[in-house]
Amino acid sequence: MSEFNWQPSASFTALRARANVLNVIREFFAQRDVLEVDTPALSQAAVTDVHLAAFSTLFVGPGYSQGLPLYLQTSPEFHMKRLLAAGSGCIYQMSKSFRNEEAGRHHNPEFTMLEWYRIGFDHFQLMDEMSELLTLVLGSGKEQRFTYQNAFKQFLQLDPLTASMDELRQAAKPYGVYDVLEHEPDRDTILQLLFYVGVESQIGQDVPCFIYDFPASQAALARISHKDERVAERFEVYFKGIELANGFHELADAPEQLRRFKADNDKRKTMDLPEQPIDYHLIDALTAGFPDCAGVALGIDRLVMLATDANSLDEVIAFPTPRA
Amino acid sequence: MATYKTSDFKGGLKFMLDNEPCSIIEHDHVKPGKGQAFHRVKVRRLVSGKMLEKTFKSGETVEAADVMEIELAYLYNDGEYFHFMNNESFEQVEADVKAVGDTAKWLVEQDICVITTWNDNPIAVTPPNFVELEVVETDPGLKGDTQGTGGKPATLTTGAVVRVPLFIQIGEVVKVDTRTGEYVGRVK
Repeated sequence: MSEFNWQPSASFTALRARANVLNVIREFFAQRDVLEVDTPALSQAAVTDVHLAAFSTLFVGPGYSQGLPLYLQTSPEFHMKRLLAAGSGCIYQMSKSFRNEEAGRHHNPEFTMLEWYRIGFDHFQLMDEMSELLTLVLGSGKEQRFTYQNAFKQFLQLDPLTASMDELRQAAKPYGVYDVLEHEPDRDTILQLLFYVGVESQIGQDVPCFIYDFPASQAALARISHKDERVAERFEVYFKGIELANGFHELADAPEQLRRFKADNDKRKTMDLPEQPIDYHLIDALTAGFPDCAGVALGIDRLVMLATDANSLDEVIAFPTPRA
Repeated sequence: MATYKTSDFKGGLKFMLDNEPCSIIEHDHVKPGKGQAFHRVKVRRLVSGKMLEKTFKSGETVEAADVMEIELAYLYNDGEYFHFMNNESFEQVEADVKAVGDTAKWLVEQDICVITTWNDNPIAVTPPNFVELEVVETDPGLKGDTQGTGGKPATLTTGAVVRVPLFIQIGEVVKVDTRTGEYVGRVK
């Protein structure tokens, strides 16, 4: 470690820009009567998603002499959904989320996330609101929109919903990633890397790009479309090579949610990953009745990168983990 | 056999790729679409010198390359091999033309060079950042020109050709940056 590592890696110009972005966002939601909330960073339950690794710790104190396992939240989603089920109305939060095993130019193990939920919205209405927010914060022009399927067809000449595994792997050849996918059994992993090498570099260079209607196998916590059961009502925002936000027309079906959590844990077993404690509070909340709503999570640090033309998160976070 | 995990990746790490040692220049962790994480690395192949990009699935392992970098003084070239010596142990090392490559034109006797070895065989030679060499051939040029408007080519004792200011004459010694091949100054 260098002797200068006590100093922030971000300039004060960047830190002022960051503070300004936070103010603009708070004003944006105040004008729309969306309530700011504050939910726990530590929870007794964890995300089951096989591609997310939660940090864990142990609470030892009154009533818990044997220690209570707690997990740092990978996103505030589950707690915020419990507020929605309890009747909060539209809510937003800007808070720290934590993800183990992630570090790089666009990743820091702890980061600031903006997450918001709009009652009565579907993913199209939420995309409209996202567009307004990005215009306000970044001054960016009207976004491009593609369905996941059309983006693949346009940039990779391939239908992601019908192509065979072999066709998908062959499509990786011009991008020099065939070898890493040659024996890859997971269709979504192949699709995701193809999207990264073949689509992401072609979209959202001048204006943000919204990709929507992801394959149902990548639904995460989104509803499956009634119109086309092969796709989920999920969208992502890409701008200048940065994956900025991920939104859903939220799944409100408790049994289906529980089935997805259990399926994740089953998959974890086959991958030698620890099974995670399912959030039954969330299942109970969905069972009690969950309003029709859409929600989205946006990486604030990445947004500030875009607002300041930064090349890496280090330029907009005062103390990234190597200096923390 | 030593191995590295993708989480060990950092600039300068040396590992085996397609039976050739390579060194990481840049690396990044990406997680397209919130799915499987990948490591994208830019590497330089240490034998051929070629750069290439490569993608690994997070959690994959690679074989460590037995690559070392040692500082040795350049002695002489016998026509087939370039001879170097460790100034402390006096142990000598010979590198062939393939390992030395274009670096030959920057080798000055007694200069300390970095020799890269793979399984104890030299595969690359890096000269000092600056070397001083005598001009053996150049046009007379104009007296009085001090700023070198454009300059002129000059051939140095090792055969290297660099652009020098017009006032530089045959027999003078010049300092050259070996990384760019550019003239830095005149040595008096």
